[in-house]
Amino acid sequence: MSEATAQKIPVTVLTGYLGAGKTTLLNRILSENHGKKYAVIVNEFGEIGIDNDLIIGADEEVFEMNNGCICCTVRGDLVRIMDGLMKRKGKFDAIIVETTGLADPAPVAQTFFVDEDVQKNARLDAVVTVADAKWLSDRLKDAPEAKNQIAFADVIVLNKTDLVTKGELAEVEARIRAINPYAKLHRTERCSVALADVLDRGAFDLDRILDIEPDFLTADDHDHDHDHHHHDHDHHHHDHGHGLKHYHDEDMQSLSLKTDKPLDPNVFMPWLQNLVQVEGGKILRSKGILAFHDDDDRYVFQGVHMMLEGNHQRKWKDGEPRESRLVFIGRELPEKAIREGFESCIVS
Amino acid sequence: MKEFTPAPDSASIVSVTDRVKPVALGMGVTSVHFLGPRAAFVGGEENVALVDDKGEITTVAVHGGGILSTASDGKRLVMGGDDGKVVSLDAKGEVTLLATDPKRRWIDAVALHADGAFAWSAGKTATVKSGKNEEKSLEVPSTVGGLAFAPKGLRLAIAHYNGATLWFPNMEGSAEFLPWAGSHLGVTFSPDNKFLVTTMHEAALHGWRLADNRHMRMTGYPGRVRSMSWSAGGKGLATSGADTVIIWPFGSKDGPMGKEPAMLAPLQARVSVVACHPKNDILAAGYSDGTVLMVRLEDGAEILVRRNGTPPVAAIAWNAKGTLLAFADENGDGGLLEL
Repeated sequence: MSEATAQKIPVTVLTGYLGAGKTTLLNRILSENHGKKYAVIVNEFGEIGIDNDLIIGADEEVFEMNNGCICCTVRGDLVRIMDGLMKRKGKFDAIIVETTGLADPAPVAQTFFVDEDVQKNARLDAVVTVADAKWLSDRLKDAPEAKNQIAFADVIVLNKTDLVTKGELAEVEARIRAINPYAKLHRTERCSVALADVLDRGAFDLDRILDIEPDFLTADDHDHDHDHHHHDHDHHHHDHGHGLKHYHDEDMQSLSLKTDKPLDPNVFMPWLQNLVQVEGGKILRSKGILAFHDDDDRYVFQGVHMMLEGNHQRKWKDGEPRESRLVFIGRELPEKAIREGFESCIVS
Repeated sequence: MKEFTPAPDSASIVSVTDRVKPVALGMGVTSVHFLGPRAAFVGGEENVALVDDKGEITTVAVHGGGILSTASDGKRLVMGGDDGKVVSLDAKGEVTLLATDPKRRWIDAVALHADGAFAWSAGKTATVKSGKNEEKSLEVPSTVGGLAFAPKGLRLAIAHYNGATLWFPNMEGSAEFLPWAGSHLGVTFSPDNKFLVTTMHEAALHGWRLADNRHMRMTGYPGRVRSMSWSAGGKGLATSGADTVIIWPFGSKDGPMGKEPAMLAPLQARVSVVACHPKNDILAAGYSDGTVLMVRLEDGAEILVRRNGTPPVAAIAWNAKGTLLAFADENGDGGLLEL
């Protein structure tokens, strides 16, 4: 983490559908003996009450930026609250933004990219989504907000696992993975997750976009092949009750691209920028590590809808495979066009 | 500027830095106003530091938390805090509680009228209290960004999302909505009462000519405009937000429509605060690198008041006579200059 990044106050966005256990997690974070003080931005007062911390009520007011970008919405109330909080710097160590169960996380995240003053003082740390193991599968079918929250997450706390059978748990995990294979997933009862697993994740820190491999379930000891396209092994998953089924979510997917051949930055950059301009409404999150032709430095980028940020990160190490990997999570992604566009950026 | 006999500091710029009385405030400062003979430096939280012309500091506790908004008429300073309170501080240093939000919401904006009326906002609600009259409140469609009283009559401008609302608190049903897409934060009337100008979340100002509500877009800033000040007589509106002081012409009936602004005092740093002299065509500007300059509007001639190399200048103000200039950076390193 760079020094400038380290000085900024980390902001954790806590999302989750109604009743999933957001408030339980929030209360756990605040009451645990960690010696830290939090400023907590909530939508409803009353359910949390820790004297030590700053609790601020928010209105979830979203407005569109006048920059011609239709999906470029920000939370105006957050801009205002951050402004006020910065007058009390030193009184708290971190900020937690709790959203309502029906909120789209994108405007919250975009506030931290678009607003100059907010960006100067704070950094988005991670989007943490609390999901209800018993009801999430249903919500994914009938509530687009729930799906957005899963797709957007860096960390998913799959809660109330004690209320479901092993089979049901495997089912809901598979449904989550169909949408977002990259988030860190933790199974919990009453949100009993280690705080280090939800706080200070650095999920939006370019220096920490290191591992963009899918986060497969560590608890799944079944030795199955992770390759989705390995059809020979498909029957395994159906034969074994505890195996991981591979769902395909009809409208929300992730798309991963990879090549060990160098990319031409003069083709790739305009392609990526154009892609997020045209398809930014559909692309919720994107990230990548890139190996450019004639360039000894790794290039990393990440994006939220149409907003991209990227930078040269460090030198490729000796013996480190110079691979480029990209990930997109989004709704109805034009997979074929994206794959072809990416292929055209490879130096032949 | 006749009273000045500045000594040359370098070949390029006249300097009065050696005539500045330094003031170590020991707290983060967000604004400064004059109360009678003393400068009132407003802290980020809890306290105001009253500083006399000898540089002596008296600290007064005003809020139980962050101080979010301030307004002053030279006789008293009205402030809103994140403790849900509206308080005033007078020239003697006495604190009076003016109002408390029943839900203890943040007091995001305050305004003060020349006749003693004051206004504050919490969330979407703006409230006015004038003299012995009861409080009058108006709810606007979204959270209030800023408040300003018109120079004539009891009329309040309320900036919010997608425009501003003009309201005569003593006239039922008088609220008039001036639409313009985007988030409007600060707001000010021109001293001749002909124009309303807002600062936006985007790096732009928006204006309305009040006679016909014609729009005036004032764009081109690299950063958000946080500070505005009307020149003596109201012919120009000086603003922060760029690496020069941008001054929009409001001298004619069309205001800045179809005109270029004046751009004075360019530096390799962004203007963070501006304050026009109350009587002469001079302004003082603070920059993001800590520089403070006095600038003559006529020809842009500059005088160095404070050198660069510190955090951004966060507060700047003249006293009513225009004989004292007060300023401070974000960390509370301040100064007083007597002319």
